[in-house]
Amino acid sequence: MIAAQGREKLLEVKNLKKYFNVGHKEVLKAVDDVSFTIYKGETLGLVGESGCGKSTTGRTIIDLYGATGGQVLYSGKEVHGVKEKSKKKELTRKMQMIFQDPYASLNPRMTVKDIIAEGIDIHGLAKNSKERQARVFELLETVGLNRDHASRYPHEFSGGQRQRIGIARALAVDPDFIIADEPISALDVSIQAQVVNLLQNLQKERGLTYLFIAHDLSMVKHISDRVGVMYLGNMVELSESDELYDEPLHPYTQALLSAIPVPDPNVERSRERIILEGDVPSPIDPPSGCRFRTRCPMAMDVCAQVTPKWQEAKEGHWVACHLHDDEYKHG
Amino acid sequence: MDKLLEIKDLHVSFDTYGGEVKAVRGVNLDVKKGETLAIVGESGSGKSVTSKAVMGLIPNPPGRIKQGEILFNGKDLTKLSDRKMQGVRGKDISMIFQDPMTSLNPTMTVGKQIMEGLIKHQKLSRSEARERTVKLLDLVGIPNPDKRVKQYPHQFSGGMRQRVVIAIALACNPMLLIADEPTTALDVTIQAQILDLMRDLQKQMSTSIILITHDLGVVANLAHRVAVMYGGKIIETGTVDEVFYKPKHPYTWGLLSSMPKLHGKSEELLAIPGSPPDLSNPPKGCPFAPRCPHAMQVCIEHMPDYTELTDTQKSACWLLDERAPKVEPPETIGVGGSK
Ligand SMILES: Nc1ncnc2c1ncn2[C@@H]1O[C@H](COP(=O)(O)OP(=O)(O)OP(=O)(O)O)[C@@H](O)[C@H]1O
Ligand SMILES: Nc1ncnc2c1ncn2[C@@H]1O[C@H](COP(=O)(O)OP(=O)(O)OP(=O)(O)O)[C@@H](O)[C@H]1O
Ligand code: SF4
Ligand SMILES: [Mg+2]
Ligand SMILES: [Mg+2]
Repeated sequence: MIAAQGREKLLEVKNLKKYFNVGHKEVLKAVDDVSFTIYKGETLGLVGESGCGKSTTGRTIIDLYGATGGQVLYSGKEVHGVKEKSKKKELTRKMQMIFQDPYASLNPRMTVKDIIAEGIDIHGLAKNSKERQARVFELLETVGLNRDHASRYPHEFSGGQRQRIGIARALAVDPDFIIADEPISALDVSIQAQVVNLLQNLQKERGLTYLFIAHDLSMVKHISDRVGVMYLGNMVELSESDELYDEPLHPYTQALLSAIPVPDPNVERSRERIILEGDVPSPIDPPSGCRFRTRCPMAMDVCAQVTPKWQEAKEGHWVACHLHDDEYKHG
Repeated sequence: MDKLLEIKDLHVSFDTYGGEVKAVRGVNLDVKKGETLAIVGESGSGKSVTSKAVMGLIPNPPGRIKQGEILFNGKDLTKLSDRKMQGVRGKDISMIFQDPMTSLNPTMTVGKQIMEGLIKHQKLSRSEARERTVKLLDLVGIPNPDKRVKQYPHQFSGGMRQRVVIAIALACNPMLLIADEPTTALDVTIQAQILDLMRDLQKQMSTSIILITHDLGVVANLAHRVAVMYGGKIIETGTVDEVFYKPKHPYTWGLLSSMPKLHGKSEELLAIPGSPPDLSNPPKGCPFAPRCPHAMQVCIEHMPDYTELTDTQKSACWLLDERAPKVEPPETIGVGGSK
């Protein structure tokens, strides 16, 4: 694990907001005032329940969605609103995305070679067709496929193989930073392990930085150096992954961890669960104050009135909860 | 305990343009009264097809039961007429599917959908059925059930819809409930609610459950026994403790090893190389042989028989033959008592 100090910041997300207009003048606050840093060479995991804003955070970072507010700095430079074409192109090359659905994210009418080489062509990374082909073959081998696969079409591959093609496509432009949005959710457990090992090996070899989005908390823990937990558009907790799992501070993180069934019958038989009541409220009309308060077993009066501050409760351990705020912690 | 369901040498195939897909190839399975049997295994290994065969829901064409018996309380379901089978479905045996939205009718109120089965199978009057519907919704933990019966599925959240699906499945007090990935589409905090609910209901009504899932955590939480499927066959079966703590089949080892552990940190996951077999051209021998780190020549040529390890555990692997070399399970299966 990388020490907290002296790490180079690759990406700084400051007060990021993404609102969607959803008819009748209603606004859906998918990501609302989220701040965090990603250090060079690390894997930051992002977890939380369906609809909490994980994908929107990833997509807004790389400007696939225009941000409603806030800032994203890449190596200290502003990412959003870059007008200069060459600079913009350089940024889209450095930041790549791998998607959840290995079926939908590959164009069925293109050969694997053309899918992988698309970015190479856009960014002019090959001098001639021979070099282009050599790059593609090399990439296929890097992700554990072989050159015979180059002339085939996506439907001829299994889910795990298609996800490898998606990874090869992302790697083709030699990125520094990859956002992997649920890259293994659609795969079998035995295939998931193949893809996760591949991502980790590539990281070691190429010094890549990852934002790894998933809802499988045990996999996120396995792959991440640090983990952030989102709830209803907010980041509620972020820390080194071991610490998050051993000593979660936010009641939502505690409930989430206690809800995961572990593959060990003895543990399951003796476990006490925190079962949360009810469902996640609508992001169109979120609860006042702390958004988790309607399901929180520890909620106090202040939780309905004041939005908890995002602060560092311990070194490197961020949380937004009044229970950990000196001002309110005694109720 | 009495056997409620006994599947004997079941073979199910689909006739497709690519040829005959042998989805289920000789499955033997039984479910006792009041127990939960989990079926786990690779995608495409035949879990859903096996359970659809029990429900009489194999689409024909292209599907057909080629061979085998499905005895329910001693009666062979494969011999029943469609009409008779309809009487069994929803009454004696019911099923919960993975996606709660597709198994509910979006144009009909939730109350009506539950009442339908009660009127048809239990011959209740409308007012009796309405009363029982409200009770059922209350039982599965839906607040204000008397108001909620008049609402449509889209007015319910994902977790609540799955509760409604469970309420429909339980309406006629079935003896057997088949739950195919009942919580896969749900978030973990909602999943925890539903698993709790299923356990409570089973205790109250001593329903037998067949639980199909790829989540071994869910299996450890809910199941009494486990059957592991691979390539259309059951390759290992035993009590939960046997399968998690003393697995004997290399695929079961692989399955347990490839999962990250929430406690402790492993450097690299043990991945099973390769991909599952093509069932339109299934391997002659052990279906796992092409991916098995211990495969021998005999594995490729001949399907191993089951070795009975205990009264409850059976495994189909050549390594259990007395002539085979001794192979220890990898340490990475690492759940509790394995060492
Ligand atoms: N293009 C869009 N227009 C309107 N609303 C959107 C759009 N994209 C996302 N949303 C909404 O924003 C919220 C956050 O969605 P997002 O896809 O980021 O969630 P997520 O955490 O990735 O969930 P999942 O785990 O299901 O992928 C949801 O309420 C979603 O419905
Ligand atoms: N209607 C069908 N037509 C043709 N083939 C089918 C049909 N239904 C299932 N199959 C095939 O039967 C095999 C077993 O499928 P089944 O749905 O039982 O898998 P499963 O174990 O439930 O997998 P999963 O975990 O992905 O749900 C697969 O190879 C599948 O392609
Ligand atoms: S029978 Fe052979 S190939 Fe199959 S699991 Fe056992 S050792 Fe491996
Ligand atoms: Mg998403
Ligand atoms: Mg299935």
